[in-house]
Amino acid sequence: TARELTKDEARALLEAVGRDRDMAAFEALFRHYGPRIKAYMARLARDGSVAEELMQETMIAVWNKAAQFEPGRGNVSTWIFTIARNLRIDAYRKTRRPDFDPNDPAFVPDDSPPADAAVEERQEAERLRNAMAVLPEEQLELLRLSFFNDCSHSSIAERLNLPLGTVKSRIRLAFAKLRTALEDGQ
Amino acid sequence: MTIRHHVSDELLLAYAAGTLEEGWRLAVATHLALCPDCRKRLSLMEDAGGQLLEEIVPEPAMATSFERLRQRVLEKSAPVRPASAAARPAAPARAAAPVLPEPLRSYVGGDVETLKWKSLGRGAYHIPIRTDDGTTMVRLLRIPAGKPVPEHGHGGRELTLVLSGSFHDGETLFARGDLEEADASVQHQPVATPGEDCICLAVTDAPLKFRSWLVRLVQPVLGI
Ligand SMILES: [Zn+2]
Ligand SMILES: [Zn+2]
Repeated sequence: TARELTKDEARALLEAVGRDRDMAAFEALFRHYGPRIKAYMARLARDGSVAEELMQETMIAVWNKAAQFEPGRGNVSTWIFTIARNLRIDAYRKTRRPDFDPNDPAFVPDDSPPADAAVEERQEAERLRNAMAVLPEEQLELLRLSFFNDCSHSSIAERLNLPLGTVKSRIRLAFAKLRTALEDGQ
Repeated sequence: MTIRHHVSDELLLAYAAGTLEEGWRLAVATHLALCPDCRKRLSLMEDAGGQLLEEIVPEPAMATSFERLRQRVLEKSAPVRPASAAARPAAPARAAAPVLPEPLRSYVGGDVETLKWKSLGRGAYHIPIRTDDGTTMVRLLRIPAGKPVPEHGHGGRELTLVLSGSFHDGETLFARGDLEEADASVQHQPVATPGEDCICLAVTDAPLKFRSWLVRLVQPVLGI
Protein backbone atom coordinates (compact mmCIF):
# COMPACT_ATOMS: atom_id res chain seq x y z
CA THR A 1 0.00 0.00 0.00
CA ALA A 2 0.92 3.62 -0.33
CA ARG A 3 2.47 5.61 2.49
CA GLU A 4 0.54 6.21 5.68
CA LEU A 5 -2.06 8.90 6.07
CA THR A 6 -1.38 11.46 8.80
CA LYS A 7 -4.17 12.49 11.15
CA ASP A 8 -4.27 15.98 9.64
CA GLU A 9 -4.46 14.59 6.12
CA ALA A 10 -7.29 12.24 7.07
CA ARG A 11 -9.14 15.14 8.65
CA ALA A 12 -8.72 17.33 5.57
CA LEU A 13 -9.92 14.52 3.29
CA LEU A 14 -13.02 13.87 5.40
CA GLU A 15 -13.82 17.58 5.47
CA ALA A 16 -13.53 17.72 1.69
CA VAL A 17 -15.96 14.81 1.40
CA GLY A 18 -18.44 16.45 3.77
CA ARG A 19 -18.18 19.95 2.31
CA ASP A 20 -17.58 19.38 -1.40
CA ARG A 21 -18.62 15.73 -1.96
CA ASP A 22 -15.06 15.38 -3.21
CA MET A 23 -14.77 11.94 -4.86
CA ALA A 24 -10.95 11.98 -5.04
CA ALA A 25 -10.78 12.65 -1.30
CA PHE A 26 -13.28 9.85 -0.72
CA GLU A 27 -11.14 7.48 -2.75
CA ALA A 28 -8.03 8.40 -0.74
CA LEU A 29 -9.94 7.65 2.48
CA PHE A 30 -11.14 4.38 0.98
CA ARG A 31 -7.61 3.33 -0.03
CA HIS A 32 -6.47 3.80 3.55
CA TYR A 33 -9.46 2.74 5.63
CA GLY A 34 -11.31 0.29 3.36
CA PRO A 35 -8.83 -2.59 3.81
CA ARG A 36 -8.57 -1.87 7.54
CA ILE A 37 -12.35 -1.89 8.00
CA LYS A 38 -12.53 -5.08 5.95
CA ALA A 39 -9.94 -6.71 8.22
CA TYR A 40 -11.95 -5.58 11.26
CA MET A 41 -15.15 -7.05 9.80
CA ALA A 42 -13.34 -10.24 8.76
CA ARG A 43 -12.60 -11.02 12.40
CA LEU A 44 -16.25 -12.06 12.71
CA ALA A 45 -17.28 -12.88 9.17
CA ARG A 46 -16.18 -16.31 7.99
CA ASP A 47 -17.20 -15.40 4.48
CA GLY A 48 -14.95 -12.78 2.85
CA SER A 49 -17.81 -11.34 0.84
CA VAL A 50 -19.66 -10.52 4.07
CA ALA A 51 -16.64 -8.57 5.32
CA GLU A 52 -16.43 -6.80 1.96
CA GLU A 53 -20.12 -5.90 2.13
CA LEU A 54 -19.91 -4.57 5.71
CA MET A 55 -16.86 -2.53 4.69
CA GLN A 56 -18.86 -1.04 1.80
CA GLU A 57 -21.72 -0.23 4.15
CA THR A 58 -19.30 1.50 6.51
CA MET A 59 -17.78 3.57 3.71
CA ILE A 60 -21.24 4.55 2.48
CA ALA A 61 -22.04 5.74 6.01
CA VAL A 62 -18.76 7.69 6.01
CA TRP A 63 -19.84 9.41 2.77
CA ASN A 64 -23.33 10.12 4.12
CA LYS A 65 -22.25 11.40 7.51
CA ALA A 66 -19.04 13.20 6.57
CA ALA A 67 -20.66 16.63 6.96
CA GLN A 68 -21.49 15.81 10.60
CA PHE A 69 -17.84 15.22 11.50
CA GLU A 70 -16.60 18.02 13.72
CA PRO A 71 -12.96 18.47 12.77
CA GLY A 72 -12.14 20.25 16.03
CA ARG A 73 -13.57 17.51 18.17
CA GLY A 74 -12.53 14.16 17.02
CA ASN A 75 -10.03 12.18 15.14
CA VAL A 76 -10.95 10.44 11.96
CA SER A 77 -9.86 6.94 12.95
CA THR A 78 -12.02 7.07 16.10
CA TRP A 79 -14.97 8.37 14.13
CA ILE A 80 -14.68 5.67 11.49
CA PHE A 81 -14.08 2.99 14.12
CA THR A 82 -17.35 3.86 15.92
CA ILE A 83 -19.32 3.77 12.64
CA ALA A 84 -17.85 0.36 11.74
CA ARG A 85 -18.41 -0.96 15.26
CA ASN A 86 -22.08 0.06 15.30
CA LEU A 87 -22.67 -1.53 11.90
CA ARG A 88 -20.99 -4.69 13.11
CA ILE A 89 -23.15 -4.83 16.23
CA ASP A 90 -26.29 -4.33 14.14
CA ALA A 91 -25.22 -7.02 11.67
CA TYR A 92 -24.40 -9.67 14.26
CA ARG A 93 -26.76 -9.05 17.14
CA LYS A 94 -30.46 -9.43 16.75
CA THR A 95 -31.12 -6.91 19.48
CA ARG A 96 -31.53 -3.19 19.83
CA ARG A 97 -28.43 -1.11 20.55
CA PRO A 98 -29.34 1.26 23.42
CA ASP A 99 -27.27 4.43 23.48
CA PHE A 100 -27.35 7.75 25.31
CA ASP A 101 -28.83 10.76 23.55
CA PRO A 102 -27.13 14.16 23.97
CA ASN A 103 -30.37 15.89 22.91
CA ASP A 104 -32.44 14.30 25.68
CA PRO A 105 -33.57 16.83 28.34
CA ALA A 106 -32.42 14.41 31.08
CA PHE A 107 -28.92 14.16 29.58
CA VAL A 108 -26.31 15.68 31.93
CA PRO A 109 -23.90 17.76 29.84
CA ASP A 110 -20.24 18.20 30.65
CA ASP A 111 -19.94 21.61 32.33
CA SER A 112 -16.16 21.74 32.41
CA PRO A 113 -14.98 24.50 30.04
CA PRO A 114 -13.87 23.18 26.65
CA ALA A 115 -10.15 23.52 26.10
CA ASP A 116 -8.77 24.75 22.80
CA ALA A 117 -10.38 21.72 21.26
CA ALA A 118 -8.58 21.48 17.92
CA VAL A 119 -5.06 21.87 19.29
CA GLU A 120 -5.85 19.75 22.32
CA GLU A 121 -7.31 16.98 20.20
CA ARG A 122 -4.24 16.84 18.00
CA GLN A 123 -1.87 16.62 20.93
CA GLU A 124 -3.98 14.01 22.68
CA ALA A 125 -4.11 11.80 19.62
CA GLU A 126 -0.34 12.00 19.38
CA ARG A 127 0.15 11.21 23.08
CA LEU A 128 -2.31 8.33 22.94
CA ARG A 129 -0.50 6.83 19.97
CA ASN A 130 2.85 7.08 21.74
CA ALA A 131 1.45 5.61 24.95
CA MET A 132 -0.10 2.68 23.08
CA ALA A 133 3.18 2.03 21.32
CA VAL A 134 4.87 1.32 24.65
CA LEU A 135 2.07 -0.70 26.30
CA PRO A 136 3.27 -4.18 27.28
CA GLU A 137 2.35 -6.69 24.59
CA GLU A 138 0.17 -8.70 27.01
CA GLN A 139 -2.01 -5.64 27.64
CA LEU A 140 -2.14 -4.65 23.99
CA GLU A 141 -3.15 -8.18 23.05
CA LEU A 142 -6.10 -7.98 25.47
CA LEU A 143 -7.21 -4.69 23.94
CA ARG A 144 -7.03 -6.17 20.44
CA LEU A 145 -9.05 -9.21 21.48
CA SER A 146 -11.62 -7.01 23.21
CA PHE A 147 -12.04 -4.66 20.27
CA PHE A 148 -11.77 -7.05 17.36
CA ASN A 149 -13.05 -10.48 18.38
CA ASP A 150 -16.59 -10.22 19.59
CA CYS A 151 -16.09 -12.10 22.85
CA SER A 152 -16.61 -11.48 26.53
CA HIS A 153 -13.74 -11.01 28.95
CA SER A 154 -14.47 -14.39 30.49
CA SER A 155 -14.10 -16.12 27.12
CA ILE A 156 -10.88 -14.16 26.52
CA ALA A 157 -9.67 -15.44 29.89
CA GLU A 158 -10.50 -19.02 28.87
CA ARG A 159 -8.82 -18.62 25.52
CA LEU A 160 -5.62 -17.22 27.01
CA ASN A 161 -5.80 -19.66 29.90
CA LEU A 162 -5.73 -16.84 32.44
CA PRO A 163 -7.86 -16.21 35.52
CA LEU A 164 -10.63 -13.68 34.81
CA GLY A 165 -9.19 -11.47 37.56
CA THR A 166 -5.91 -11.21 35.66
CA VAL A 167 -7.70 -10.19 32.47
CA LYS A 168 -9.59 -7.49 34.36
CA SER A 169 -6.51 -6.17 36.13
CA ARG A 170 -4.54 -5.99 32.86
CA ILE A 171 -7.36 -3.99 31.32
CA ARG A 172 -7.35 -1.63 34.29
CA LEU A 173 -3.56 -1.28 34.11
CA ALA A 174 -3.63 -0.54 30.40
CA PHE A 175 -6.19 2.25 30.73
CA ALA A 176 -4.53 3.65 33.85
CA LYS A 177 -1.36 4.05 31.76
CA LEU A 178 -3.17 5.63 28.84
CA ARG A 179 -5.00 8.06 31.11
CA THR A 180 -1.76 9.01 32.87
CA ALA A 181 -0.04 9.58 29.55
CA LEU A 182 -2.78 12.01 28.51
CA GLU A 183 -2.83 13.83 31.84
CA ASP A 184 0.96 14.19 31.95
CA GLY A 185 0.92 16.10 28.73
CA GLN A 186 -1.39 18.84 30.03
CA MET B 1 -25.11 16.01 41.39
CA THR B 2 -21.97 14.09 42.17
CA ILE B 3 -21.78 10.52 40.99
CA ARG B 4 -19.47 8.40 43.14
CA HIS B 5 -19.89 4.93 41.73
CA HIS B 6 -18.95 4.51 38.11
CA VAL B 7 -18.74 1.91 35.37
CA SER B 8 -15.68 -0.33 35.78
CA ASP B 9 -12.98 -0.29 33.10
CA GLU B 10 -13.78 -3.79 31.92
CA LEU B 11 -17.49 -3.08 31.56
CA LEU B 12 -16.86 0.24 29.81
CA LEU B 13 -14.38 -1.43 27.48
CA ALA B 14 -16.99 -4.02 26.51
CA TYR B 15 -19.37 -1.14 25.77
CA ALA B 16 -16.72 0.66 23.68
CA ALA B 17 -15.92 -2.53 21.80
CA GLY B 18 -19.60 -3.26 21.17
CA THR B 19 -19.53 -6.65 22.88
CA LEU B 20 -21.98 -5.94 25.69
CA GLU B 21 -25.35 -7.70 25.57
CA GLU B 22 -28.42 -5.47 25.30
CA GLY B 23 -29.46 -5.67 28.98
CA TRP B 24 -26.08 -4.65 30.42
CA ARG B 25 -25.69 -2.11 27.65
CA LEU B 26 -28.96 -0.43 28.65
CA ALA B 27 -27.68 0.09 32.21
CA VAL B 28 -24.28 1.37 31.08
CA ALA B 29 -25.78 3.70 28.43
CA THR B 30 -28.20 5.15 31.00
CA HIS B 31 -25.33 5.77 33.44
CA LEU B 32 -23.39 7.44 30.60
CA ALA B 33 -26.33 9.79 29.97
CA LEU B 34 -25.95 11.02 33.56
CA CYS B 35 -22.15 10.91 33.86
CA PRO B 36 -19.80 13.20 31.86
CA ASP B 37 -16.79 11.59 33.61
CA CYS B 38 -17.53 8.16 32.21
CA ARG B 39 -18.26 9.63 28.78
CA LYS B 40 -14.76 11.08 28.86
CA ARG B 41 -13.35 7.66 29.78
CA LEU B 42 -15.42 6.14 26.98
CA SER B 43 -13.96 8.51 24.40
CA LEU B 44 -10.45 7.55 25.44
CA MET B 45 -11.35 3.91 24.90
CA GLU B 46 -12.89 4.67 21.51
CA ASP B 47 -9.73 6.56 20.59
CA ALA B 48 -7.79 3.43 21.51
CA GLY B 49 -10.14 1.41 19.27
CA GLY B 50 -9.51 3.87 16.42
CA GLN B 51 -5.76 3.62 16.93
CA LEU B 52 -5.94 -0.21 16.84
CA LEU B 53 -7.93 0.06 13.62
CA GLU B 54 -5.06 2.11 12.15
CA GLU B 55 -2.62 -0.63 13.11
CA ILE B 56 -4.67 -3.67 12.04
CA VAL B 57 -3.20 -5.83 9.27
CA PRO B 58 -5.24 -4.66 6.25
CA GLU B 59 -7.33 -7.07 4.21
CA PRO B 60 -7.23 -6.10 0.49
CA ALA B 61 -10.56 -4.92 -0.88
CA MET B 62 -11.92 -6.52 -4.04
CA ALA B 63 -10.47 -5.11 -7.25
CA THR B 64 -13.79 -3.57 -8.26
CA SER B 65 -14.55 -2.37 -4.75
CA PHE B 66 -14.08 1.35 -5.15
CA GLU B 67 -15.85 1.51 -8.51
CA ARG B 68 -18.83 -0.23 -6.93
CA LEU B 69 -18.72 2.09 -3.94
CA ARG B 70 -18.57 5.15 -6.20
CA GLN B 71 -21.64 3.96 -8.11
CA ARG B 72 -23.51 3.29 -4.91
CA VAL B 73 -22.91 6.67 -3.28
CA LEU B 74 -23.71 8.53 -6.50
CA GLU B 75 -26.89 6.55 -7.17
CA LYS B 76 -28.75 7.34 -4.03
CA SER B 77 -27.68 10.85 -3.25
CA ALA B 78 -28.07 10.33 0.45
CA PRO B 79 -30.91 12.11 2.18
CA VAL B 80 -29.41 13.80 5.21
CA ARG B 81 -31.21 12.21 8.10
CA PRO B 82 -32.19 14.57 10.89
CA ALA B 83 -30.99 13.51 14.34
CA SER B 84 -33.29 10.96 15.93
CA ALA B 85 -36.33 12.92 17.00
CA ALA B 86 -39.25 10.76 15.93
CA ALA B 87 -40.63 7.54 17.39
CA ARG B 88 -39.94 8.04 21.03
CA PRO B 89 -42.07 9.20 23.94
CA ALA B 90 -41.80 12.96 24.18
CA ALA B 91 -40.34 14.45 27.34
CA PRO B 92 -43.12 15.63 29.65
CA ALA B 93 -44.13 19.24 29.07
CA ARG B 94 -42.80 20.68 32.31
CA ALA B 95 -39.75 22.59 33.41
CA ALA B 96 -38.04 19.73 35.22
CA ALA B 97 -36.05 17.19 33.25
CA PRO B 98 -37.44 13.64 33.14
CA VAL B 99 -36.35 11.29 35.92
CA LEU B 100 -35.61 8.52 33.45
CA PRO B 101 -33.01 9.50 30.85
CA GLU B 102 -32.72 8.02 27.39
CA PRO B 103 -32.27 5.26 26.40
CA LEU B 104 -34.13 3.93 29.45
CA ARG B 105 -37.24 6.11 29.02
CA SER B 106 -37.96 4.64 25.60
CA TYR B 107 -37.49 1.13 26.92
CA VAL B 108 -40.14 1.56 29.64
CA GLY B 109 -42.38 3.70 27.43
CA GLY B 110 -42.46 6.91 29.45
CA ASP B 111 -41.26 8.73 32.53
CA VAL B 112 -41.88 7.65 36.13
CA GLU B 113 -45.34 9.11 36.68
CA THR B 114 -46.85 7.16 33.78
CA LEU B 115 -45.52 3.76 34.85
CA LYS B 116 -47.66 0.75 35.74
CA TRP B 117 -45.91 -0.86 38.69
CA LYS B 118 -46.45 -4.49 39.63
CA SER B 119 -46.39 -5.44 43.28
CA LEU B 120 -43.63 -7.69 44.58
CA GLY B 121 -45.16 -7.70 48.07
CA ARG B 122 -44.04 -5.81 51.19
CA GLY B 123 -44.48 -2.47 49.47
CA ALA B 124 -41.93 -3.15 46.74
CA TYR B 125 -42.82 -2.87 43.04
CA HIS B 126 -41.20 -3.68 39.76
CA ILE B 127 -41.61 -3.34 36.02
CA PRO B 128 -39.97 -6.01 33.87
CA ILE B 129 -38.27 -4.55 30.79
CA ARG B 130 -38.14 -6.64 27.66
CA THR B 131 -34.85 -7.11 25.84
CA ASP B 132 -33.94 -9.50 23.04
CA ASP B 133 -30.56 -10.73 24.21
CA GLY B 134 -31.91 -13.81 25.98
CA THR B 135 -29.17 -13.67 28.60
CA THR B 136 -30.16 -10.83 30.89
CA MET B 137 -33.13 -9.99 33.05
CA VAL B 138 -33.89 -6.28 33.26
CA ARG B 139 -36.33 -4.47 35.47
CA LEU B 140 -37.15 -1.21 37.15
CA LEU B 141 -37.45 -1.65 40.93
CA ARG B 142 -39.20 0.61 43.42
CA ILE B 143 -38.13 -0.03 46.99
CA PRO B 144 -40.20 1.62 49.74
CA ALA B 145 -38.35 4.23 51.82
CA GLY B 146 -36.37 2.64 54.66
CA LYS B 147 -37.03 -0.94 53.49
CA PRO B 148 -34.62 -3.57 52.20
CA VAL B 149 -34.57 -4.83 48.63
CA PRO B 150 -36.61 -8.07 48.43
CA GLU B 151 -34.51 -11.19 48.72
CA HIS B 152 -32.98 -11.98 45.39
CA GLY B 153 -30.23 -14.28 44.30
CA HIS B 154 -27.92 -13.51 41.46
CA GLY B 155 -26.01 -16.30 39.83
CA GLY B 156 -23.65 -13.95 38.05
CA ARG B 157 -23.23 -10.25 37.50
CA GLU B 158 -25.73 -7.71 38.78
CA LEU B 159 -25.88 -4.03 37.86
CA THR B 160 -28.02 -1.61 39.84
CA LEU B 161 -28.38 1.99 38.66
CA VAL B 162 -30.11 4.45 40.99
CA LEU B 163 -32.55 6.82 39.26
CA SER B 164 -34.29 8.43 42.21
CA GLY B 165 -33.99 8.25 45.99
CA SER B 166 -31.00 6.32 47.30
CA PHE B 167 -30.01 3.12 49.06
CA HIS B 168 -27.31 1.92 51.41
CA ASP B 169 -25.41 -1.27 50.78
CA GLY B 170 -23.63 -1.72 54.09
CA GLU B 171 -21.82 1.55 54.72
CA THR B 172 -21.90 2.64 51.12
CA LEU B 173 -24.50 5.09 49.82
CA PHE B 174 -25.79 4.89 46.25
CA ALA B 175 -27.72 7.90 44.92
CA ARG B 176 -28.98 9.10 41.53
CA GLY B 177 -26.61 8.08 38.76
CA ASP B 178 -24.58 5.71 40.92
CA LEU B 179 -24.01 2.27 39.49
CA GLU B 180 -23.42 -0.73 41.72
CA GLU B 181 -21.65 -3.62 40.06
CA ALA B 182 -21.85 -6.92 41.94
CA ASP B 183 -20.83 -10.42 40.95
CA ALA B 184 -21.84 -13.83 42.21
CA SER B 185 -19.41 -13.62 45.13
CA VAL B 186 -21.18 -10.59 46.60
CA GLN B 187 -23.71 -11.18 49.35
CA HIS B 188 -25.64 -8.04 50.07
CA GLN B 189 -28.86 -6.59 51.33
CA PRO B 190 -29.35 -3.07 49.97
CA VAL B 191 -31.72 -0.88 52.04
CA ALA B 192 -33.56 2.15 50.69
CA THR B 193 -32.78 5.39 52.52
CA PRO B 194 -35.68 6.59 54.71
CA GLY B 195 -37.71 9.53 53.46
CA GLU B 196 -38.08 8.63 49.79
CA ASP B 197 -38.78 5.52 47.74
CA CYS B 198 -35.80 4.36 45.75
CA ILE B 199 -36.25 3.70 42.02
CA CYS B 200 -33.47 1.80 40.32
CA LEU B 201 -32.73 -0.18 37.20
CA ALA B 202 -31.57 -3.71 37.98
CA VAL B 203 -29.93 -6.02 35.46
CA THR B 204 -29.00 -9.60 36.28
CA ASP B 205 -28.11 -12.74 34.38
CA ALA B 206 -31.29 -14.23 33.00
CA PRO B 207 -32.89 -17.30 34.55
CA LEU B 208 -31.61 -19.48 31.74
CA LYS B 209 -28.05 -18.79 32.90
CA PHE B 210 -28.65 -20.80 36.05
CA ARG B 211 -27.16 -24.24 35.74
CA SER B 212 -28.65 -26.08 38.67
CA TRP B 213 -31.86 -28.02 37.90
CA LEU B 214 -32.97 -27.30 41.43
CA VAL B 215 -32.78 -23.56 40.87
CA ARG B 216 -34.69 -23.95 37.62
CA LEU B 217 -37.35 -25.91 39.44
CA VAL B 218 -38.02 -23.23 42.04
CA GLN B 219 -37.55 -20.22 39.76
CA PRO B 220 -41.22 -19.88 38.80
CA VAL B 221 -42.07 -19.85 42.49
CA LEU B 222 -39.50 -17.18 43.30
CA GLY B 223 -40.46 -15.18 40.24
CA ILE B 224 -36.87 -14.46 39.26
ZN1 LIG C 1 -19.65 7.42 35.73
ZN1 LIG D 1 -27.96 -8.11 44.43
